[in-house]
Amino acid sequence: MANNVHAQARSTAVLEVPVIGPGHDFETVTETVAQIPLSKRTPLGWVFGFLIGFALLMGLQMALGKLLLTGIGIWGNNVPVGWAFDIINFVWWIGIGHAGTLISAILLLFKQQWRMSISRFAEAMTIFAVACAAIFPIFHTGRPWLAAYWLFPYPNTMALWPQFRSPLIWDVFAVSTYATVSIVFWYVGLVPDLATMRDRAVSRVKKVIFGMLSLGWRGSARHWHRYEVASLILAGLSTPLVLSVHTVVSFDFAVSVMPGWHATIFPPYFVAGAIYSGFAMVLTLAIPIRAAYRLDDLITMRHIDNMAKVMLATGLMVGYGYVMEAFYAWYSGSFYERQMMWNRMFGPYGPFYWGLIFVNIGLLQTLWFKRVRENLPLLFVLSLIFNIGMWLERFVIIVTTLARDFVPSSWGMYYPTRWDFLTYFGTIGLFLTLFFLFIRFVPMISMFEVRTLLPQAKVKADHHGGH
Amino acid sequence: MAHAAEHENPLYGVMAEFDSVQALVDASKRAVSAGFTKMEAYSPLPVEELNDIIHKKRTRLSQIVLAGGLTGMATGFAMQYWMSAVSYPMNIGGRPDATWTAFVVPSYELTILFSALAAAIGMFALNGLPQPYHPVFNVERFSLASSDKFFLVIESADPRFDHAGTTRFLGEQGAKGVYDVAA
Repeated sequence: MANNVHAQARSTAVLEVPVIGPGHDFETVTETVAQIPLSKRTPLGWVFGFLIGFALLMGLQMALGKLLLTGIGIWGNNVPVGWAFDIINFVWWIGIGHAGTLISAILLLFKQQWRMSISRFAEAMTIFAVACAAIFPIFHTGRPWLAAYWLFPYPNTMALWPQFRSPLIWDVFAVSTYATVSIVFWYVGLVPDLATMRDRAVSRVKKVIFGMLSLGWRGSARHWHRYEVASLILAGLSTPLVLSVHTVVSFDFAVSVMPGWHATIFPPYFVAGAIYSGFAMVLTLAIPIRAAYRLDDLITMRHIDNMAKVMLATGLMVGYGYVMEAFYAWYSGSFYERQMMWNRMFGPYGPFYWGLIFVNIGLLQTLWFKRVRENLPLLFVLSLIFNIGMWLERFVIIVTTLARDFVPSSWGMYYPTRWDFLTYFGTIGLFLTLFFLFIRFVPMISMFEVRTLLPQAKVKADHHGGH
Repeated sequence: MAHAAEHENPLYGVMAEFDSVQALVDASKRAVSAGFTKMEAYSPLPVEELNDIIHKKRTRLSQIVLAGGLTGMATGFAMQYWMSAVSYPMNIGGRPDATWTAFVVPSYELTILFSALAAAIGMFALNGLPQPYHPVFNVERFSLASSDKFFLVIESADPRFDHAGTTRFLGEQGAKGVYDVAA
């Protein structure tokens, strides 16, 4: 790329692959992003993708309707495997959400400028993933409208309160806080861009809707100052929050005394796995969107490369977790722990275990190669496979432990039913539907943040001797 | 449409349009040096220098967030203590009613929840949002303030404000256009 004579200049050029394509100014950046929701023309690919998502969403409606009419017996989980798809998918979706918060909050604190053009839709992904996750525990209660009094501390006629010593109640607080803070953070991030949409909208309806949503934002120096402080604070709050959420999710298992669950490594191991699968999902979404909407200048190869590297790093941590789980089982000297590990590897669910090891330890290593990280179709397929790998991981952790506990007489197999699968694919439909609506109606890249990346945004420092 | 009526209407101030961040920052500095006090700069992206130049005051949002967080933590512990040890104590395996270590997790989450809500609501409230009407929107060119143009408004409430003089002053700062802002 750079034909510089000086080797040093060349090495800097390689390090500084731009986070934004050349030749952009404030107006072109704004136009590239703002015309997508403002355009009257809906791309055919969008209609196609939306219809797939919407069809699956109808499946979800059917599955949940059936569940409410007949009860949770339509699911395959039953004693001894009392928890199955309902918690596997919950953990899987919550985990996917974590990458959005990592990108929008943790990378903001680390001043990683490349996060700016992907943070908006990664955060949207977080909110939609949390919505999908919430469906599983809520409907596992069977009659969600009756479940409120033992999930939330609300004054009920029986004068009962939630059991605050249970990790499941901690989970309610962690996940509902996570959902609320994610929505607030996302909306705060949207307000200046909604003002841009208000000012650029031609039709009266759009002007009014964007006008109301942007709350009368003017972009004054005072506004921006408070806004920047608020963003930094929200990022600072979201960081400990996101780490706590998957920690608390792992407590659902670690606080119990079941072999294979009762392990101190669970919180960091779960958080790393969450970020790993979340980045896989961001890549799954970013690669096609970037191509379909020609956003190559805003979501550059640098973004793709960085995301693949984060995936590699967190994936290696997850791999370390797998090794440690096996080591603990052996080193504990506990008969039950060893039996659990042996059962995981060579029991009836053994192929799933080796499948997840093959994906999350084996295939992951391909990301060491730059040629793989630069090959978009390959990376897209890999990101899908990694998400399947992480789903298998949750399946194996949850089902193998419950299927064979301490007493062989209580052992039993778990087989998901078609309603389990329909609910699971239905939530993928909910996710896709929400995501397609988002990219059609909301600016999917943070315009004001990308503007700050342009050289025109820099202010010269004062000369010596004052002004 | 603003042109016809602007002389009869009371004036909110005079608005200058600039092409770049740098021009706006320079003009703001010179306006402050010239003794203007009631003014505001508008930009499509955050420019931290502008607040230091014009307002010289930092926001007290962080104190509001701290108060919110402490309230959240106190609410969390108080609620769980009252529910588990006062309102409906339940003996589970002989454990104490006030198991504060178990209460840490919900309290932690409520601390973050209250802080985040305080940060967002506090920011909007201090900024006076939502605010459906503001005089600056009367200027048609101001719709570019959220895309790629930069604006400086000197308000008529400024003691040094005089219509002709302030208009001339802003024109001399390299403005691409100077407009009257109807109140």
